[in-house]
Amino acid sequence: MGSDMYRQQILDHYRNPRNYGEIEDATFSHVGHNTSCGDEIEFDVVLADDGETVERVAFSGDGCAISQASASMLSEELPGMTLEEVAALDREDVLDMLGVEVTPMRVKCAVLAEKVVQDGAKIYEGELETEATSTE
Amino acid sequence: MTAQESDPLDVESVRADFPILQRDVGEDVPLVYFDNAATTQTPERVIDACSDYYRGYNANVHRGIHQLSQEASIAYEEAHDRLAEFVGASGREEMVFTKNTTEAVNLVAYAWGLNELGEGDEVVLTEMEHHASLVTWQQIAKRTGADVKYIRVDEDGKLDMEHAAEVIGPDTAMVSVVHVSNVLGTVNPIRELADMAHEQDAYIFVDGAQSVPNRPVDVKELDADFLAFSGHKMAGPTGIGCLYGREEILEGMEPFLYGGDMIEKVTYEDATWNELPWKYEAGTPLIAEGIALAEAADYLEEIGLERIQAHEEKVTQHAYRELDAIDGVEIYGPPLGEDRAGLVAFNVDGLHAHDLSSILNDHGVAVRAGDHCTQPLHEVMGIAASARASFYLYNTVEEVDSLVAGIEHARDIFGQ
Repeated sequence: MGSDMYRQQILDHYRNPRNYGEIEDATFSHVGHNTSCGDEIEFDVVLADDGETVERVAFSGDGCAISQASASMLSEELPGMTLEEVAALDREDVLDMLGVEVTPMRVKCAVLAEKVVQDGAKIYEGELETEATSTE
Repeated sequence: MTAQESDPLDVESVRADFPILQRDVGEDVPLVYFDNAATTQTPERVIDACSDYYRGYNANVHRGIHQLSQEASIAYEEAHDRLAEFVGASGREEMVFTKNTTEAVNLVAYAWGLNELGEGDEVVLTEMEHHASLVTWQQIAKRTGADVKYIRVDEDGKLDMEHAAEVIGPDTAMVSVVHVSNVLGTVNPIRELADMAHEQDAYIFVDGAQSVPNRPVDVKELDADFLAFSGHKMAGPTGIGCLYGREEILEGMEPFLYGGDMIEKVTYEDATWNELPWKYEAGTPLIAEGIALAEAADYLEEIGLERIQAHEEKVTQHAYRELDAIDGVEIYGPPLGEDRAGLVAFNVDGLHAHDLSSILNDHGVAVRAGDHCTQPLHEVMGIAASARASFYLYNTVEEVDSLVAGIEHARDIFGQ
């Protein structure tokens, strides 16, 4: 059921997004879109002195509840993770984190935040060249 | 009032013609199909026309002398006559089958635009164009050095005709306008725009994707030079669309695609072109789809386009009033009482269109949510996305209740 996606936790993160805003002296920033929904998410990431551990993050953007809640929840998970661990995240991790059954057509909303952070890290490490990430 | 309007459409008997409308989309959740501006459902007899071809006379057209090829060729050619008649064209010479509306726009943009446009020329579009024509003309203009201008849309979602009179000028070579907006539901004054274009010796291309399926459209009355529409939005199959073009213009244009069937005589050095409309139909065409589209045209005409238009208007007005009565709902396009086609695009305050669409699906209600292939228009409207309910001849006033219940449910969930 579509409405099963909108559990209290999702709605809470949608209404009161955590770590929402911008970090001016971020180590790297990256933006992504999901054009089918019109979702947009930008992540600012600060790395610790070791150059590989995420210290702080902030995100901004707007869009559907699934994309925004996913970004908010991810922003709580990221600090303390290494870039290698971030790169290893996959769609299942994101769906587990959301804790609801995401209907097939909405998966790209759910994974946008994860893709944005991963692509941002890849660009920072010189492994990818793209202006913006897209999940269509 | 015509006889058709005074004698309303029998929606229950129409519904019985569409097998898909009998299905559920969840346990005891009947389908409420309100995504007709994206694609319409297919009546049994159109499905039969398709399968009759494959069961009975499947063969390539214009090639074999054998019985099957003759039968297929005649049926495919006659389908052109039917579609020509359907929009008031003189005959098959003026009716080219394409893949869809988008391909029809591309055909003219490449075959005419690429050869005829140059620096100093202007292509005039409207702010409410679908990406099908907007992107196509924009890119062809870039390649030829022509400029693109846009007729403004006013606050009520109607074209600013004073602005149209300003932008359509001596340098205008093509005016390409959507007949009915797939977001606003606005019915544009095509005849007036055609007169403005012709006054400047420019052509007018009409995107009829959202008008041909649901109202009488006559190319002579509109004075259109080109008219494009899609089969799958008028109870026909996917993969088939139509381009009407005035015969003398089509005669003068270069081909779009090269290959078999579009040629008359070929040597190692050169080739000459087949007569109209085959000059623009290279390779084996969509035979079954073309034949089935003619069946769809017959079906719509037997019910009556005026009657379909009146029915859609009834459902649309009901939906508009019901949605307008819900707190926090904003509806786009011309207000009630204005000329408006059978769709309502809207947003619910605090609720993203995709979240709404997911919850409506629980109620069996299929709507479109997103930018509806009109990103620049959504930018003008100041929104990222909208939900759109679009109706067709088989929708009922009662089905609108499911839409309203779904919206109320979504508002409850999101605590509005």
